[in-house]
Amino acid sequence: MTRWTSTPPPDPGPDDHVRGEGPLVIEYADLECPYCAKAHDLLSGVRARRVFRHFPVVSRHSRARVLAHATEAAALQDRFWEFHDSLYGDQGHLDDPHLWARCEALGLDLDRFESDRRSEAVAARVERDFRSGIRAGVATTPTLFLNGSAHAGVPGEELLSQLR
Amino acid sequence: MIEPGVPAPDFALRDQDGNEVTLADLRGQRTVLVFYPADFSPVCTDQLSVYQEVLPELEASGVKLYGVSVDNAFSHKAFQDSLGVSIPLLADFHPKGAVAKSYGLYSESHGVAKRALVMIGPDLTVEWAHASPSPLEIPGANLIFDALDQHAPA
Repeated sequence: MTRWTSTPPPDPGPDDHVRGEGPLVIEYADLECPYCAKAHDLLSGVRARRVFRHFPVVSRHSRARVLAHATEAAALQDRFWEFHDSLYGDQGHLDDPHLWARCEALGLDLDRFESDRRSEAVAARVERDFRSGIRAGVATTPTLFLNGSAHAGVPGEELLSQLR
Repeated sequence: MIEPGVPAPDFALRDQDGNEVTLADLRGQRTVLVFYPADFSPVCTDQLSVYQEVLPELEASGVKLYGVSVDNAFSHKAFQDSLGVSIPLLADFHPKGAVAKSYGLYSESHGVAKRALVMIGPDLTVEWAHASPSPLEIPGANLIFDALDQHAPA
C-alpha cells in the first residue's frame, strides 16, 4: 500500500480542469464550502491560469463528494466549468433534484449524467485529486498553490495583488 | 516540546463519552495524539475533519488517533457531533492542561494546548513530535504518513 506521504502538488496534466491565462494557480477546493465559493469569486476577477482539484471533506460538508462526482460527470459532457460555476453561484440548492435542474439548464444528457456520477471512474478521478491534496499538505479548504507555496483559506489582498 | 526517544508521559483522561483512556491502554498500537487549542474553531474545514477523511488509511497503517484539548468531555461530545468525526477526543480539563504541560505543549499565554502532533510507538516511547509554527497553521495528514514511513516502514 502506498502511503500518503508528502509530495508537492502535481503539475497540470491533460485531464486536469484548467482555465484562464496567467500565473498558475492550483486550487484544492470543496464544492459545498462557502469559503471556496468566495475564493472562486475573487479569483474570477484576476489574471490566472486556474487548475481546479477536488478536496471534498465529507465529515464537514455532507454533499461535498456527491457534488465533486456530479461535476466530473458534467465534465464527461464537456460542461465541467459550467457546472462548477453553477454550484458556486448558488450553494443553497444542492440536493439531487437541484442537480437535475442544473443539468437541464446546461443541456446535459440526464441519463448519462446519472450513470456517470455513480461510476467508479468518476470516483477514482475525484479520489486522485483528494489524495494529491493530502500529500501536498492541504488541511483547509480552499488551499491555493502559487509559485510552489501554499495559501490556506480565502485569498487575501497580498496574494490577489500578485495576479493583477 | 517533548523529544523523540523518551518514554511518553503517563496520563489518564476522559474521552467525549466519559470513558477513561490511559497511556497504558495505548501499549501495543501506534498512536498519534493530536493536541489542538480549542473545540469549535472557526476555520471552515477543521483539522480533525481532514484527519477523519484519511482515517481508513491511517488505521490500515496501524495508527490510532486521539484529539487532546483543554475542553471538557461535554464540549468534546458536542464538537465531535457537530463535526461528524469519530476520532476520540480527550479532555485535558482538570487540572487544566496538565497533560499538554507534561508533553511541553501548553501555551501559558493563551491557556490552551498548542497545535501539535505526537506519535507514540507500541512500546509507549515518543517516536515523533511536530508543533505548528503558529496555531493557525494546520499540520497536514501527510506529515503523519511521513512519520510512519520513518518509524514503521511498510
